[in-house]
Amino acid sequence: MEFFDRFAIPHPSPLIYASMVAIGLTVIAIIAGLTYFKKWGYLWREWLTTVDHKRIGIMYLLSALLMLFRGGADAIMMRAQLSVPENTLLDAQHYNEIFTTHGVVMIIFMAMPFIMALMNFVVPLQIGARDVAFPRLNALSFWLFFMGAMLFNISFVIGGSPDAGWTSYFPLAGNELSTSVGTNYYMIAIQIAGLGTLMTGINFIVTIFKMRAPGMTLMKMPMFTWSALITNIIIVFAFPVLTVALAMGTMDRLFGTHFFATTNGGMDMLWANLFWVWGHPEVYILILPAFGIYSEVISAFARRNLYGYKSMVGSMVIISLLSFFVWVHHFFTMGQGALTNSIFSITTMAIAVPTGIKIFNWLFTLWKGKIEVTVPMLYSLGFIPIFTIGGVTGVMLGMSAADYQYHNTMFLVAHFHLVIIPGVVFAMIAGLTYWWPKMFGFMLNERIGKWTFWFIAIGTCVAFFPMFISGLDGQARRMYTYSESTGFGIWNMLSFFGAILLAIGFALIVYNIYYSIRYASRDIGDDPWNARSLEWATHNPVPDYNFAITPEVSSSEGLWDAKKRGHTLFKGPYKEIHMPSNSGVPFIMSAIFFVFGFAMIFSMWIVAIISAIGIFACMAHRSFEQDHGYHISVDEIKQTEAKFGGAKE
Amino acid sequence: MKLDHTQPLEYSTKQNQLNILGFWIFLGAEIMLFATLFASYFTLEDRIGNGPSGGEIFGITPVMIETILLLTSSFTIGLTVNAMRIGNKKAMLTFFVITLLLGLAFLGVEIYEFYHYVHVGAGLQTSAFTAILLTTLGTHGAHVTFGLFWGLFIVSQVKKRGITTETTNKSFIFSLYWHFLDVVWIFIFSFIYLKGMM
Ligand code: HEM
Ligand SMILES: [Cu+2]
Repeated sequence: MEFFDRFAIPHPSPLIYASMVAIGLTVIAIIAGLTYFKKWGYLWREWLTTVDHKRIGIMYLLSALLMLFRGGADAIMMRAQLSVPENTLLDAQHYNEIFTTHGVVMIIFMAMPFIMALMNFVVPLQIGARDVAFPRLNALSFWLFFMGAMLFNISFVIGGSPDAGWTSYFPLAGNELSTSVGTNYYMIAIQIAGLGTLMTGINFIVTIFKMRAPGMTLMKMPMFTWSALITNIIIVFAFPVLTVALAMGTMDRLFGTHFFATTNGGMDMLWANLFWVWGHPEVYILILPAFGIYSEVISAFARRNLYGYKSMVGSMVIISLLSFFVWVHHFFTMGQGALTNSIFSITTMAIAVPTGIKIFNWLFTLWKGKIEVTVPMLYSLGFIPIFTIGGVTGVMLGMSAADYQYHNTMFLVAHFHLVIIPGVVFAMIAGLTYWWPKMFGFMLNERIGKWTFWFIAIGTCVAFFPMFISGLDGQARRMYTYSESTGFGIWNMLSFFGAILLAIGFALIVYNIYYSIRYASRDIGDDPWNARSLEWATHNPVPDYNFAITPEVSSSEGLWDAKKRGHTLFKGPYKEIHMPSNSGVPFIMSAIFFVFGFAMIFSMWIVAIISAIGIFACMAHRSFEQDHGYHISVDEIKQTEAKFGGAKE
Repeated sequence: MKLDHTQPLEYSTKQNQLNILGFWIFLGAEIMLFATLFASYFTLEDRIGNGPSGGEIFGITPVMIETILLLTSSFTIGLTVNAMRIGNKKAMLTFFVITLLLGLAFLGVEIYEFYHYVHVGAGLQTSAFTAILLTTLGTHGAHVTFGLFWGLFIVSQVKKRGITTETTNKSFIFSLYWHFLDVVWIFIFSFIYLKGMM
C-alpha cells in the first residue's frame, strides 16, 4: 500500500475529486469520439506525425488557448477567495497551490506556446521559406512542450500540485518545507518543456539566418521576423541557465544533494540568482515577439510603413543585451550591499529607454497614418497606454531604495500584470485575429471582436489598478486572506469584478471562433487586410509548400511593393519542390519523455531507467535513419495552383 | 539535391550547411550550460560543510592522465576530418576509432576518480561543494559518454555507406562536439583542479 500512497493528493477536497471525474470522463469521451468517427488515422497522419510548421503552429495555438483557460480558472478562484475579508472558499494550502500553478501555467504553458504558435506559423511565410531549417526537430519541440504541459497539469489530481510559487524559492521548495511531490512536478515538467523551447530557439535562428527569400537582407526583414530572431537568441542564451537550475533543484529533492539547502554548505540564494538570470530574460522573450506583432499591425492599419525601422531593430538588440544584466532587481531586499543594488537599479531603469523609443516609434507611425480601427489595431492602440503604466511602475520598482516598500506587495503584482497582459496577451489576441484568415481561410467576426476587446481592456484596468493602492497600503502578495480592519476589502472586490470582465472577454473569444466558423465568409481572397509583408502573398489557406515559386523581394514590404510599385515577386517557371516527410518519432519520443518525467517525479527508478533507454533508442533510430523527404512534381504544383484560382507565375 | 562542388563534402548541400550552423548555435547553448555550472562551482567552492575541500581530494595523476587522453583524442578527431577531406576512408575510420578508444579510456579514469572521491567521503550528498564538483564533472562525463555512442553510430555508418555528403556532415559535426568537450575540459582542468590544488 505504501507504494500507492504517494499518488494520493495530500490535501483533497470535493472540488478536486470532481475534477478527477471530469478529467476521466473527458478522456473517455475523446477516445470514444475518435473511435466512433474513425478519426484515429486522420489524427495520426495529419497532426501527430506532421512536420509542417503551419500545423505545428496551429497545435501550439490550441494548447495555448487550452492553458489560458486552465490558468484563468486558477485566477478566478484566487480573486474570488480574496474578494471579501476572511473568506473560506480556499484554505491556505489550496491558495498556495493555485497561485503557483497559475504563474507557471500562464508563463510557461500559455504565453510561451502562444508565441511559438505565431512564430511557427508566420516566420517561414514572412521570409518566403518552405519550412523551418529542421522540420523534424520542430515537431519534437512541440511535442516536448506539450508533454511537459500535460505532466504539469496532472499534478493536481495525482500526487499534489507544487505550492512554492512560480519562482519556487528554496528552502521553501526543498523537501523539508514542500513535502508533497508537487515541486518535483515543477522541476521536471518545466525541464521537459524547456528542452523543447531551446530546440525551437536554435531552429529559428538558423531558419532566419539562412532561409530568407532572395533580396531579403537582414535589414529588409519584416519587424515580426526581427523580433523572432532576437527572441530566439535570448532563448538560446537564457534557457540553459534554467536547465542547470532545475537540474540542481531536482537533485536536491530527489538525490539529497545540498545545493540550495541551508545545511552542509548549501546556498539558497544561488537558486534565486539562477532563476532570475533566466527569469528576467524570459520576460523579454515574452514581450519582444509582442512588440513585433504590434509593429506589423500598427503599420498595416495606419496604412504606412513603420516609423524608425532601424531604431526599432537597435532598441530590440539593446533590450536583449540589457535583459541579462538586471536580474538582481527581483530581490533587492535579500541582502546584497547597497553598491550591488545601485548598479542593478541603474541597468533596470536603463531598459526603459529603448522601450520608450519603441513606444514613440509606434506613436509616430500612427501620427502620419490613415488609421483604420480593426480588432488587431484596437488591441495595439489599447496596449500603448496600459503598457506604459505597467512600465512606469516597473521603473518605480527598479529604484532599489523604494523597492523595500513595494517588494512582494500587490503593487508588484499590479506592475507585472499590467506589462504582461497588454504586452503579451493583447498582442497574442491581436496576432491571432490578424493572422487567423491566413491560418484558416476566414476572418473572425469584427463586431464580437470589438466587444471582446472592451471586456478585456476594461477588465484588465479594473482588475489590476486597485492593486496599486492596496499594495501601497501594505497588502502582501500570496496571502490567502486578510482581516476586515485592513480596509483592503473594497479594492479586492473591485479586482474580482475586473477578473470577471476578463473571464467574459476570454469566453467571447471562444464564442467568436465558434460563430465565425459557422457564419464567416470563406471568400476573402489572399490578402483580406490589404497588408504589406510576404505571408499575404501566398494563397489562403496556405498550400503545403507555402510558395509555388520562391518570391524575390527588395524591401521589408514585399507584397506592398508588388501591389503599389509594380515589383514582380514571383519570377521564373515552376520547379520541383522538395518536402520533408512526416515522422511519428518526435511524438513517440516525447511520450516516452512523459513517462520518464512521471517516473522521476515519483522516484520509480526502474521505470525511469527503462524510459531513458527508450529515449536514447529514439535518438539512435534517428541517427541510422535515411530519410530524404519527397518531391512535389511540377504537374502537381500546377494542379494545386489552378485549384487555388489562378497560377501565380 | 543540389551539390556545390566548390565546398568540402560536409558543406556541399544546403541542408548540410544548415546542420552545421545549427550545431554551432547549439554549442553556444552548451557554453551557457557549462558557464552556469562554473559560476555555481565558484559560488559553492568554499562551502564544504563537514566534508573535504578540493585540495584534500584531488590527485594530480588521474587528472593528468585524463587530460592527456582527451587532448590526444581531440588531435585524432582532427586527423579524422583531415582523412575524410582527402577521401581516405580507411585512415578516417582508423583515426575515428582511436578517438573513441581514447574517449573510452578517459571515461574509465573518470569513473575510477569518482569511485575514489566517494571512497574518501566526498559523495554527492556530502556538501554543496562535492555536489557541484560531481555535477560539473558528471555533466562533462555524460557528454563524453553520449559522444561515444554517437561516434560509434557514425563510424558504423561511414563503414557501411562510405564517405557521402551525409556521413561527412555527421562526422564533421561530431568533431566540433568533440573539440568543444576538450575545451570544456581545459577549463575544468585549470579552474577546478589546478585552482583547487594550489
Ligand atoms: C520598463 C521596463 C520594466 C522595468 C523597469 C521592470 C522592473 C521590475 C522590477 C524592479 C521588478 C521586481 C520588483 C519586486 O520584486 O519588488 C519586476 C517584477 C516583474 N516584472 Fe517587470 N519591469 C519592466 C518590464 C516588464 C515586462 C515587459 C514584463 C513582462 C512581459 C515584466 C514582468 C515582470 C514580472 C513577471 C515580475 C515579477 C515576478 C515575480 O516576482 O513573481 N516586467 N519588474
Ligand atoms: Cu525583471
